Amino acid sequence: MEFQSILSAATGGHGLAVNPWASVAYLVAGVLFILALRGLSSPATAQAGNRFGMVGMLIAVVTTLLTHAPATADGLLDTIGLVEILVAIGIGAVIGIVMARRIAMTAMPQLVAAFHSLVGLAAVAVAAAAYLNPQAFGIADATGEIFTVSRVEMGLGIAIGAITFSGSVIAFLKLNGNMSGSPIMLPGRHIINLGTLAAIIGLVAYFTFDQSPWVFWTVTGLSFAIGFLLIIPIGGADMPVVVSMLNSYSGWAAAAMGFTLGNTAMIITGALVGSSGAILSYIMCRAMNRSFISVIAGGFGADAGPGDGGSKEQRPWKPGSAEDAAFLMSQADTVIIVPGYGMAVAQAQHALREMADQLKKEGVTVKYAIHPVAGRMPGHMNVLLAEANVPYDEVFELEDINGEFAQADVAFVIGANDVTNPSAKTDKTSPIYGMPVLDVEKAKTVLFVKRSMGGVGYAGVDNDVFYMDQTMMLLGDAKKMADDIVKALSGSGH
Amino acid sequence: MDFIAIFSIFVLACFVGYFVVWSVTPALHTPLMSVTNAISSVIIVGALIASAAAGSASSKWLGLAAVVMASINIFGGFAVTARMLAMYKKKER
Repeated sequence: MEFQSILSAATGGHGLAVNPWASVAYLVAGVLFILALRGLSSPATAQAGNRFGMVGMLIAVVTTLLTHAPATADGLLDTIGLVEILVAIGIGAVIGIVMARRIAMTAMPQLVAAFHSLVGLAAVAVAAAAYLNPQAFGIADATGEIFTVSRVEMGLGIAIGAITFSGSVIAFLKLNGNMSGSPIMLPGRHIINLGTLAAIIGLVAYFTFDQSPWVFWTVTGLSFAIGFLLIIPIGGADMPVVVSMLNSYSGWAAAAMGFTLGNTAMIITGALVGSSGAILSYIMCRAMNRSFISVIAGGFGADAGPGDGGSKEQRPWKPGSAEDAAFLMSQADTVIIVPGYGMAVAQAQHALREMADQLKKEGVTVKYAIHPVAGRMPGHMNVLLAEANVPYDEVFELEDINGEFAQADVAFVIGANDVTNPSAKTDKTSPIYGMPVLDVEKAKTVLFVKRSMGGVGYAGVDNDVFYMDQTMMLLGDAKKMADDIVKALSGSGH
Repeated sequence: MDFIAIFSIFVLACFVGYFVVWSVTPALHTPLMSVTNAISSVIIVGALIASAAAGSASSKWLGLAAVVMASINIFGGFAVTARMLAMYKKKER
């Protein structure tokens, strides 16, 4: 009897009158999604976690197909309708798998941005479908009057979905280089943005009184516009934050649609993804010592950056060769490698790993130190090193390895710059002041691989490490330098 | 389900998300993003309902378009996550 009442409670009220077993299945799917993320606490359990996620998705899709099979007017299975759905899934599967196979690991941020845009657009399409056919979603009474709560949920869903879509498209274009990474500043953009946001919120509220199409479609149009307007003034250096933020939005969009449908799998997933993206944005902001508001306000990373410009005094620095570097490192006990995105751009990760292998053969302890913003998205550098077969237990995060530089014989910086700049700790006037940095200057010797002495990092500031007594500048292409060091090491080894 | 019941699930899930995500090792933050991408495409549930429903042709086609988009994400997201995770190896001893 008790169970019976639970079952009837599950089917009654708001949302679709669903089979109670379907509700249980959606809950199971939601739990499997939690386990999918839980698995990522360690590389050892991550693959199992990913499989939990796939099973969860399979359960959610099969449950929906069973409970909402397309039916003909006389209640029989509509075979053509079912085939159409399966074809749609098949098309998506082929495109998705081909993209996943072909994508270069350096292009991962673009792929993720592209995927976010699809989640956003799918959310918009679902919300629009629900608006056009509300009875099918069980969110309207017999006269087609949509329930008030559902209107709020739907309005939020379409707004967040549309912002996710257009924002992600801009992020994709910037990351992919189709659009300049430098911020595009419209005059009066703060007023335009705040006005548009206020209009969206006002219209969503008004939508609860008046479900006319013009309200719905105006909210959709304005939301597409605000997503676009919000991202264009944000510079390339802040893209890790933007991608994380859009990750969060795609979650909230799914959650809003979950509310509309009263579906636990969607709500749990939306909450998980929403918090995940929010936490990653926070981690990225902290790693760059930037406030979330200042990232959103945009403008960082402009071409006319802070920097000293041409007035820079010429300070003496010590050049070195690949042979010098090979000799110094082969004599060392401990070498800490500090890779940055420049290393990945030069495709030097394989040569770098070969260099590390040679050093290990000579009895040198090799570790990698990763700054949280070393790549173009959270954890990007770790993936790039893993692709080059660097074991993950040789790779350390900033807070875990920073204490070890003082004992290290060599810090080998390749393709990184700002993340090693000690002025972030001492110079209050520096634009990167307060950003956590890797303490490479504490190592006995610093080998700094850099294309030329002219260029500066994203923040446009000079780095004191270049001019220290214990620093040797290895000027040249990162990959060629690493290759030359490998050659020098294998030549001198015996 | 009534709104309060659904909202309770949502709030609790946010807390679960908060703690689970902080326990993710920073080395796996990129796979975290790609897998969250895949699972947020559970929105396909809504797309499937729209595609199967009778009554509105435009609603049905919007649904089918959303099924394609969500499927790209689901298959692409899980596949690229699996591809990345397979690269993480421990030191050979």
